[in-house]
Amino acid sequence: MTETNTAGREPHDQMLDGNRAAAIGAKLCRVQVVAAYPITPQTPVTEALSEFVERRELPAQYITVESEHSALAVCSSASLVGARTFTATSSHGLAYMHEMLHWVAGTRLPVVLACVNRAIGAPWNVLNDQQDSISQRDTGWIQIYARNNQEILDSVIQAYKIAEKTYLPVMVCYDGYILSHTEMPVEVPSQDAVDRYLPPYRPHTVLDPGNPKNYNLVTLANPRANAEGVLCHGYMEIRYLLQEALQKSRETISAAGQEFGELFGRGYAKLLWEHRMQDAEIAIVTMGSLALEAVVAADALRKQGAKAGVLGLRVFRPFPGRDIAEALRRCRLVVVFDKNVSYGNEGATCNEIKAALYGSGTSAAVSNFIVGLGGRDVKARDLADAVKGALSSLERGALSNECAQWICEI
Amino acid sequence: MGTRDCGHICGESSPGIGEGGKTGEWRNSRPVIDEDKCTPARKNKPTCFLCWLFCPEVTISKTIPLRIDLEYCKGCGICAEVCPTRAIAMVDEEKFLC
Repeated sequence: MTETNTAGREPHDQMLDGNRAAAIGAKLCRVQVVAAYPITPQTPVTEALSEFVERRELPAQYITVESEHSALAVCSSASLVGARTFTATSSHGLAYMHEMLHWVAGTRLPVVLACVNRAIGAPWNVLNDQQDSISQRDTGWIQIYARNNQEILDSVIQAYKIAEKTYLPVMVCYDGYILSHTEMPVEVPSQDAVDRYLPPYRPHTVLDPGNPKNYNLVTLANPRANAEGVLCHGYMEIRYLLQEALQKSRETISAAGQEFGELFGRGYAKLLWEHRMQDAEIAIVTMGSLALEAVVAADALRKQGAKAGVLGLRVFRPFPGRDIAEALRRCRLVVVFDKNVSYGNEGATCNEIKAALYGSGTSAAVSNFIVGLGGRDVKARDLADAVKGALSSLERGALSNECAQWICEI
Repeated sequence: MGTRDCGHICGESSPGIGEGGKTGEWRNSRPVIDEDKCTPARKNKPTCFLCWLFCPEVTISKTIPLRIDLEYCKGCGICAEVCPTRAIAMVDEEKFLC
């Protein structure tokens, strides 16, 4: 059994898999209510948290529920009465939460959810891709994608800081098995340091019998005066505020990452990460754990004389479009690898990167590859070969900007 | 002036009359009470009041005679359904337009 005592005054290194890193992150944030339903590959997160609660290492309410829909409904209610809440899920569980994802965001509740990325049926598959969380991109949640287990733990801690400042829910996404079940060294911050970083949760409003309130009652199209004669939002005004909060959250995410760096020595001031991008003519774009393979591929391409670099998306919502356009300004070829598909179109990150480049003045060709669906292994060599193929098509004037290519054996 | 000044960031209100809007504006037909048939009115005693009990919008008073608050009555017709003496008729709103 891995050592779970995190009460110390000094940070210490542990060998942790991604799920345990997420659970320890939530514990260090002193979550008060946890409601989750087990699903592969997220189950060890729920097991670890229930252990912490059972051993009284974490003074929280662990509420067992019959479904993911109920898990998020519990978190929503708990958040509304002023508790810091945490949940975790994967794949079909996240799909089952879909309705409540909208409700939590629309009520502006700072719930943090760990999404252990897994493919979605049909057919049945329990292995990794990012179709589950990408399919929830329009629900109004901030989405952060971790590259490794250290980033999972760090992102959960930052997630509460961001969520409770912006009153937006945050999804911390990490690749199933590749990170969730793989141990790697993780520096676990001390409880004292996390307490210094993260002040107690101050709800924007508290449901209290002493001061009864209605939340989310029928809100019609137009603004109207409430019983006290105050002109209140209609539906559109409330949804506008959600969009405005998402747009403005970039600054909060950056500031939370910067402050994290000052306290813990690992900075996250950017919504993107870069590897050898300063003079890159060819950019490999990835999100999540594929970063490691992308870095190896870029280094290999450099050795072969191609000026390649890697641009990684750490934050997918809010989409850092302007930063992406700036980072890709000097590139002539952008190769985007997606572990998801917006069926009937192309990979979601490629689609949005193309939109970000519109009007930015860059003339880069963009090529999209769909990889790693349902746990299909992606090697650095596959990425490098795909880049070389795209480069050769570009030089022959035969690069298709329209269709994503699938790296599979059809 | 926009609605930002209300200070809310989600759908929020305090319980009170009219916090759901003037629901009477949706009505297609309104309840009209025949006091010759209405038991409390006919007997001049506080009795029956099933319509008061069942009205989901609390728009019927527990008085003699009964009063219906047409600003909030949605015209659902439950009162007419539960009235044991069939004293309440649902009359098309068109009849009340001048």
